[in-house]
Amino acid sequence: MSIASPAPQPAAALGAILERHDRRPEQLLQILREVQEHLGHVSDDIQAHIARELHLPLTRVRGVVGFYAFLSATPWGRYRVLFSDNITDRMQGNMDLLDHLCRRLLLEPGHPSEDGLVSVDTTSCTGLCDQGPGLLVNGRAIPAISRERLDLIAELILEGRPVTAWPAELFAIVDNVCRADMVLDNDLDPGDAVRAALARGDMSQVEQAANTRSWREANVAPPQGPLATLNEIRSANLRGRGGAGFTTAYKWESCRNAQGEQRYVVCNADEGEPGTFKDRVLLASHADLVFEGMTVCAYVVGAGRGFLYLRGEYRYLLGALEETLARRRRDHLLGRDILGTPGFSFDIEIHVGAGAYVCGEESALIESLEGKRGIPRNRPPYPVTHGYLQRPTTVNNVETFCAAALIAAHGGDWYRATGTPKSAGTKLMSVAGDCARPGIYEVPFGTTVAELLAMSGAEHTQAVQISGPSGTCIGPDEFERRIAFEDLATAGAFTVFDESRDMFEVARNYAHFFAHESCGFCTPCRVGTTILAATMDKIHDGHGTPYDLEEIATLDRVLNQSAHCGLGHTSCNPTLDTIKRFRPAYELHLKDLDFEPAFDLDGALRRARQMTGRDDPGAHLTTEPES
Amino acid sequence: MSTSPTFTLDGREIPFEAGQTVLQAALTADVYIPHLCYHPEFKPHGSCKVCTIKADGRHVSACTWPARHGMVVENATEELDDLRRTLVQMLFAEGNHFCPSCEYSGHCLLQAVGYDLQVETAGFRHFFPVRPVDASHPEVWLDLNRCILCELCVRASDEVDGKHVFGLSGRGAGKHLIVNALSGRLADTDMAATDKAAEVCPVGVILKKKAGFRVPIGERPFDREPVSAQAARYAPRPPARHREED
Repeated sequence: MSIASPAPQPAAALGAILERHDRRPEQLLQILREVQEHLGHVSDDIQAHIARELHLPLTRVRGVVGFYAFLSATPWGRYRVLFSDNITDRMQGNMDLLDHLCRRLLLEPGHPSEDGLVSVDTTSCTGLCDQGPGLLVNGRAIPAISRERLDLIAELILEGRPVTAWPAELFAIVDNVCRADMVLDNDLDPGDAVRAALARGDMSQVEQAANTRSWREANVAPPQGPLATLNEIRSANLRGRGGAGFTTAYKWESCRNAQGEQRYVVCNADEGEPGTFKDRVLLASHADLVFEGMTVCAYVVGAGRGFLYLRGEYRYLLGALEETLARRRRDHLLGRDILGTPGFSFDIEIHVGAGAYVCGEESALIESLEGKRGIPRNRPPYPVTHGYLQRPTTVNNVETFCAAALIAAHGGDWYRATGTPKSAGTKLMSVAGDCARPGIYEVPFGTTVAELLAMSGAEHTQAVQISGPSGTCIGPDEFERRIAFEDLATAGAFTVFDESRDMFEVARNYAHFFAHESCGFCTPCRVGTTILAATMDKIHDGHGTPYDLEEIATLDRVLNQSAHCGLGHTSCNPTLDTIKRFRPAYELHLKDLDFEPAFDLDGALRRARQMTGRDDPGAHLTTEPES
Repeated sequence: MSTSPTFTLDGREIPFEAGQTVLQAALTADVYIPHLCYHPEFKPHGSCKVCTIKADGRHVSACTWPARHGMVVENATEELDDLRRTLVQMLFAEGNHFCPSCEYSGHCLLQAVGYDLQVETAGFRHFFPVRPVDASHPEVWLDLNRCILCELCVRASDEVDGKHVFGLSGRGAGKHLIVNALSGRLADTDMAATDKAAEVCPVGVILKKKAGFRVPIGERPFDREPVSAQAARYAPRPPARHREED
């Protein structure tokens, strides 16, 4: 590597950060994120310094800085305000509010103020849909934005008060639990599930000795302890809660049986699906249950180390989560010889993301844990055999680990008694949008959409987006369908749209979300989502024709058939579903022509008008036939 | 002699060795599957998706999908070629590709695959991105206008040259090639014209200086024969530098 300029003098903070992370390359993202937090950006010189210290090529460091939305090589201002831009935020008027703040601060969105004080921009859904619109200030989440609250925020910024000294009530985020069931109402104390798993192991060894069916089985059987709990997870019929619904016991067993000396347990708390916020509530109020489930998993698969991958938007939860981990270490629920069990050693480290939805995909998440750009890997091989550092790794959703802890404590039969035959247990639904009582509803699998709508006080409902933009959008004729793996599989988002909403605009918002979050690895997603978003904009601007609907259909097919990962495959769902079910919403925007070019003659003069300060009729071109 | 395992591709039996992917086995048997980001000397990574096939009814990338005995593969179907045409159109729309004035015309795999699939229209509104040309290096041009982000130069520089000259930054539509220098200029990297990275680019982003038009237009590999007739040229082989060491 050649570096033209002399080595910069690194700030003392940088040295401490590098020290704390032991200068390990797989900590690169964590190092960059902390530097960003301290200095407001990661300058070229600092990137070069980090590259030298970690013995990495500069390209590697630059690649990571360029990938994550919350990292930047140039200053964004001492205050960085990011408005959440999910469709629910839009419905709550976030764009007017953004304008309001920009006017108060005398700046344009996306451009830092001249004095380097502040910048205002948008970001993907921050998971505050039930108390939106939301925003982030220097990474700290503020719910329920209103003009009054923005006026206060503008004052605090202009007087230069550090965000840590802002009134605490600005940051007060509530759980909004509207219906609790076995998970949210659980009766477990910290350690109960781990103790139960250990005890079950002991009992099962006794039983195994007494009921040995054949000498072969008895001789080749590995230690019975962990397998007894695996059997409970299996008989519970637990399936992954992240959306894909993979059988948990099969995943754990595959990881347990995979070749490798070190195993890992990873909790996927990169809850990025727009409209989903249940993991935020679980981590805020049931962190012990999450860590308990991870520890049970570690016991079953034989893992020594675990990671919680926390999405950057939930950075504000980090302090409390670290405290919970410290308490569990003191109580011998983590660390060496857990609860005095020789050889059962496990600890958990928290990695914080930096604004990349694609990292919710498990192999991209593992890349990110390794300090790289979050690009989904080619599969096979799968993470259960080749995960973190190419070693066997179990990745599960936050809610899955909670369910696993309950099963370890109460058994598979108890768990399976709730739900449907194919979908055991409960599902946490993140209900938001047009309803009287948005919040978290923990319902047994098999609950219908209509029931959830009634519970949440939704009226005149036109559509429900199930499982976020990558899920399904349904209309009233399908409200009798059930939340279940065999019907409407979901990661938990449940976004309600009443009859006043334009479903085309909903799909357009989602199309932009995917274009913004595409990792760019494969052609169909990198280029296709961009063209899809541009085509939706063309229709929005009044230049759409039936030809454009055909083009959308082509793009949807290409994405579905050839994209590299789930993000690309599902990025066509919002347009596919809404064109199928709400076609009139599109047709309202269309021109009565077969084709119209996207090129806008009058629009092309916009810049010239701005530069000359003209806006008279002579400064405009019209492409409309004169009437 | 034991019979080797086989799969069928459009009805034809293709033998394969353990560890080979569908694309590698097909090319070894001189059967062509359209592809762009694959190179015979590197481990496939499957980003361009032009080699998408249907293996036992499922859409997968032929370059990364492991061959399995008895597998039924569809390749040269109208449905798949249609998909590939759209993907090639997307790559043309994304960059700035002006074939008539391009030094790499006739060597260019994107152009060759486009001709072979009979891509006759632009298909999409072109992005016309602003991408600078880096002429700083004394021996090598870097014209990013043509980059299709196949990462072959990244892989060659990492794996064969051991120099890490190239990398990727940005994401989504903003993804772009970067070089390993604080200045961002190729001249300030360890790049040499003799590097493997200088010879793997399929589309003429990385061109050696003082060698332009040495082979006249009309006499270049894809001028003489369509890419689909040159399948065996892409059969897997170890990287040149490793071969020399043997």
